[in-house]
Amino acid sequence: MFYIFCPYCDEHREEEEFHPKGQAHLSRPADPDACTDEEWGNFIYFRDNPRGIHHEIWVHAIGCRKFFNVTRDTQSYEILESYRMGSAPRITQLTDKQQS
Amino acid sequence: MTQFNRLDNGGRIDRSKLLSFEFNGQRYKGFAGDTLASALLANGVDVIGRSFKYSRPRGIVAASAEEPNAVFQLGATEATQVPNVRATQQELFDGLVSQPTSGWPSLSFDFMGVFGTLLGRMLPPGFYYKTFMFPQAAWDTYEKYIRKAAGLGRSPREPDVDTYDHLNHHTDVLIVGAGPSGLSAALSAARAGARVILADEQAEMGGSLLDSNDRLDDKPAAEWVKATLEELARYDNVLLLPRATVNGYHDHNFLTIHERRTDHRGDRAPANLSRQRLHRVRAKWVVLATGAHERPLVYGNNDLPGCMLASAVSTYINRYAVVPGSRLVLMTTNDNAYRTAFDWQDAGREVVAIVDTRAYVTGAWQEEAERRGIKVLKGKAVIEARGGQRVTGALVTGLTTDGNKVAGDSQLLRCDTLASSGGWSPVVHLSCHTGSRPVWDDDVIGFLPGKTVQRQLVAGAVNGRFALDDCLTDGASIGAEAATNAGFPAEPAIVPSARTRPETRAMALFCIPHHKRNSRAPKQFVDFQTDVTAAAIELATREGFESIEHIKRYTAMGFGTDQGKLGNINGMAVAAKSLNQTIPQTGTTIFRPNYTPVTFGAIAGRHCNDLFDPMRYSAMHEWHVKHGAKFEDVGQWKRPWYFPKPGETMQQALDRECLATRESVGVLDASTLGKIDIQGKDAREFLGRAYTNAWAKLPVGKCRYGLMCKEDGMVFDDGVTSCMGENHFVMTTTTGGAAGVLEWLELYHQTEWPELEVYFNTVTDHWATMTIAGPNARKLLAELTDDIDLDKDNFKFMDWRQGTVAGVPARVFRISFTGELSYEINVQANYGLHVWEKLFEHGAKYNLTPYGTETMHILRAEKGFIISGQDTDGSVHPYDLGMSWAVKEDKPFSFIGKRGMKREDCVRENRKQLVGIKTKDPSIVLPEGAQAVDDPNHPVPVPMLGHITSSYYSACLGRSIAMGVIKGGHNRMGDTVHYPLTDGRVVEAEICSTIFLDPKGERQNV
Amino acid sequence: MSEAVKEAVAEPALVAIMEQLPKTEVPARSPLAHHTEVLSRPTHENPGVRLWENALRTHLALRGDAGSADFARGVEAATGLALPERLQCHQSGEWALSWVAPDEWLLTGPGDQALAMEMSLREELDGHYAVINLSGGQTMLRLSGPKARLVLMKSCPYDVHDRHFPVGKVVTTVLAKSQATIRRVGEEDWELVVRRSFADYVWRWLVDASQEYRLSLGHPE
Repeated sequence: MFYIFCPYCDEHREEEEFHPKGQAHLSRPADPDACTDEEWGNFIYFRDNPRGIHHEIWVHAIGCRKFFNVTRDTQSYEILESYRMGSAPRITQLTDKQQS
Repeated sequence: MTQFNRLDNGGRIDRSKLLSFEFNGQRYKGFAGDTLASALLANGVDVIGRSFKYSRPRGIVAASAEEPNAVFQLGATEATQVPNVRATQQELFDGLVSQPTSGWPSLSFDFMGVFGTLLGRMLPPGFYYKTFMFPQAAWDTYEKYIRKAAGLGRSPREPDVDTYDHLNHHTDVLIVGAGPSGLSAALSAARAGARVILADEQAEMGGSLLDSNDRLDDKPAAEWVKATLEELARYDNVLLLPRATVNGYHDHNFLTIHERRTDHRGDRAPANLSRQRLHRVRAKWVVLATGAHERPLVYGNNDLPGCMLASAVSTYINRYAVVPGSRLVLMTTNDNAYRTAFDWQDAGREVVAIVDTRAYVTGAWQEEAERRGIKVLKGKAVIEARGGQRVTGALVTGLTTDGNKVAGDSQLLRCDTLASSGGWSPVVHLSCHTGSRPVWDDDVIGFLPGKTVQRQLVAGAVNGRFALDDCLTDGASIGAEAATNAGFPAEPAIVPSARTRPETRAMALFCIPHHKRNSRAPKQFVDFQTDVTAAAIELATREGFESIEHIKRYTAMGFGTDQGKLGNINGMAVAAKSLNQTIPQTGTTIFRPNYTPVTFGAIAGRHCNDLFDPMRYSAMHEWHVKHGAKFEDVGQWKRPWYFPKPGETMQQALDRECLATRESVGVLDASTLGKIDIQGKDAREFLGRAYTNAWAKLPVGKCRYGLMCKEDGMVFDDGVTSCMGENHFVMTTTTGGAAGVLEWLELYHQTEWPELEVYFNTVTDHWATMTIAGPNARKLLAELTDDIDLDKDNFKFMDWRQGTVAGVPARVFRISFTGELSYEINVQANYGLHVWEKLFEHGAKYNLTPYGTETMHILRAEKGFIISGQDTDGSVHPYDLGMSWAVKEDKPFSFIGKRGMKREDCVRENRKQLVGIKTKDPSIVLPEGAQAVDDPNHPVPVPMLGHITSSYYSACLGRSIAMGVIKGGHNRMGDTVHYPLTDGRVVEAEICSTIFLDPKGERQNV
Repeated sequence: MSEAVKEAVAEPALVAIMEQLPKTEVPARSPLAHHTEVLSRPTHENPGVRLWENALRTHLALRGDAGSADFARGVEAATGLALPERLQCHQSGEWALSWVAPDEWLLTGPGDQALAMEMSLREELDGHYAVINLSGGQTMLRLSGPKARLVLMKSCPYDVHDRHFPVGKVVTTVLAKSQATIRRVGEEDWELVVRRSFADYVWRWLVDASQEYRLSLGHPE
């Protein structure tokens, strides 16, 4: 059971209030009709599955209904930061301390 | 004679409260304050079960959670049966009824013993794999007997009469264990004002301080415990939870605590009290003060009743005033266990000898033994116990100084109790739950909690600090650190001093060698509950298992309900030695939640029976109940399924409902359909992006049907959306899809198109919706409204109007899911029941008939209308459904799904397409899911064409109708396909249009 | 009815606004009427928990840009209540304005004033905003008494401790397997706004959770 910081409610909340929505920072191609089948296939089907840092979208479904991003360590399940839609993550790699 | 092992004085029992209890059909007496185990020992009950594989008699070994043998079935009635209760953790109450769970068919009749050799050979390590894999079909037979003999207990056959509940907590500091470390940690944290939860699995807090005759500040330790608990109880910010086992340590410092609230009070919980409670705790910081479990030594016949942990013997003497025997031999690798011999002697019984495996050891403990006149045999070990149903002697032999071999002659010491101590294993279980690997420490001779990402601190014995002084000071400073970390600057509490004898170095010894090889020696048990011996582990390594995780699974070591609390370290040591490795090289298995078994009741809490899941009701629900509706679950909604009249079968009811609607007028409670209010100047633009069809020109006052796809082009929801105002729409969704569609719209709005000015809010529950359908629908509505012009040219199909229905302001939508003239009346839900009842007052003359979801399904299928989620399954795009009319390709914005439905696979020939299916025999209703084939005589595998998605008997058409997907179906109109059914019939059917009734749509345009 | 209201009701333009309450005597039925009408349980002298439905109130969802001074001013002009900060509620008389999300508030008040309030808001507000009438889709429960907090602890994973949930705070969170917008009205007094279709489940859950605390059902008078 995660304890997730909602950057809109400015509080930690229990995982039961949230729904996970997958990998973050994927943009819908600006002109889908110009995409090849392969490009569109990559957009809708292919996702990263990293060991370590993962940026992902969650929605505060039972709460403020806002979508936001978290940076999570997929090994330790630590959530390293939560940040609002449209902003960039501060943490993009594990520090030595987190890695060891 | 009763309770002949009970001392006249001492202990923490209340001799004035005599309790009667039952074990294995016999009546016994004990005292308040006893555990079931201490009471059995007081009564001299030696054999409390028989072992899993070899059916050997077993006795009580331990005094706490680590007990492997005394695992019982409790309950005086069928409904109160509880399996897997540790007698060492069950407080005695008057009238307690317990049964051994092992030892089938009976404790005294040694069933397995009769066939002993035979079965012993049958059950080598890996016996599950070797014996029971084939034939697979026979497993059901095997399993029944294995389970029965294995002592896993049984579930009650009647519903539990007690209740269980959950309580959520948030705390600054959770302290696990109320021994000396936990108590002093709690003092430090509590005094700083932090919110503190102190949980302990025992009835009384104090831990080892209650089991010993330790003194603190020259007073009995129990006095300090009492004063400390009194102080803690005074703080508002402290919650003391006795009888509460912290069972699981999960992500982000979430811990579960299993509290047994009334298990000590009787067979059933008192009225209005839950029997057990699961506390769900989110802690800022956790202090593990879980202590250590004593490790038994492994030697021949070490499972005979009378072989016990040294510390357990002391606990029974000091806490329960029970001396479980007369003549004690104590074998130890360390000084600490000497106290058991002293306790035994103080209790007035004979200590035959202390057998110390260390050859050269002198110090305070040995001096004390000498002063007491207790014989200490140094450099020796008990290599086997002798006896039948109970220990009668200990065979003692010299050891080489490394402990690897026996040396010299043996002597037999007569005794009835053989206590052993191989040192202490820190209770690292909870720390392991967090994914942390424990780390071996040569000085501690045990595993310590490893690094963790959790906000966790450890104090006292779990941290390898076994001396009482260290535990107290460590606890005080760790408690202060935890509180400080949680934002409450704290000073370590001043703790009393404990004068303990200095201890000399212990010896790292786990399995005592024998004259014979382990495989020939009397059985040396490592894991009592799963009957795993040292020889079995050696055999596993010889068979090529090198990883400790594989050895565990092959031998079943640690697989019992005790999770190998006693045996695991010894097992790893045996494996390491056999593999010529060190213990750290061999590593350890990881403990997982839960620490001790948890009842299903506690896990379920109140989420059971009528509260298992929300039941959502519409505003007209009471009417439906009163009128005998049968209900169908649609998501969490209870929707009327059909309304049978007395004596009607389901099909008769459906036929009647269908015909009444088509011939006159029917009414459906459609309140459950999802309704989303959309406001904002970009609402129309947004709809154009989210739906596949056009929305740019839909005028105010009009409604339109839309399909919603995912980016892969596959349909996932559909519904009618109405234009309420230039900047205002109300979207309807499927009943089950409502929440998902709203979240989907928000996802795109918040992550892709935040620049669009639009707000989405659910209004599903705000409107009560009733659909009247049928040729007389207009007449009926006309009786209830005087401000809506119902003229067919002024209020057309796919229009909506605002007005008053039955005196209530309403929005009326002229839309149809039946193909009939139909009006959907929406009123504020608090008036829904009123309007519904008025409809029936006026509808009687039109035979207004309520219909449920099943009739709705039939009526729409007659018209070929799809149900998203029934005729679609996430692999069907609009063209597959033959709904190209609902896709507007030339919209300026590339709407969701447009690109997806153009991918190569989506435009290929021979996709499965939705068609109508008519059986040649009109009376056969195909089962939904039936697979279509062209040639039923084709040798297997038969190429599959598709399956039936919807299938009904249509009373209006007097025949069965179905829809289904068929490969290339749109070009196969009139073809014959076959549906082979599971009952052997092959049903012939014709592919046809999905529209079975009124293909021109004339009925709804009247 | 003001002229503006009449006009809006008669001629929906940008948004459809309607008086949703009947002009004549038509019985309204709250989502929990089937429980509250038949209360026959013994009422405890000194209850640990009281539970009742504050039925048939006005519930309006208000959407807009919290950062816009015009929006905040408009809301205050219409409601007399300043736009509350995150997780806060402002109350004046019968009206309460609760923060729900950065762009959403819940306005509750007397049951017969939904349209008047909506019109008043629409008169004061401009630009991108929305008012949604939810009066039929929600109901309000009141839970009070010394043990009310324990009942909430059984029901909600949210921290309802005094230090974390002071009077005036409002939070939307999980309640059993449903959800509620929970407001702490007083030291021992809580308000729960729940969806109509879940109200029966929530009521039964709370009644069950209160059994060990001497529950009294019904308004305390």
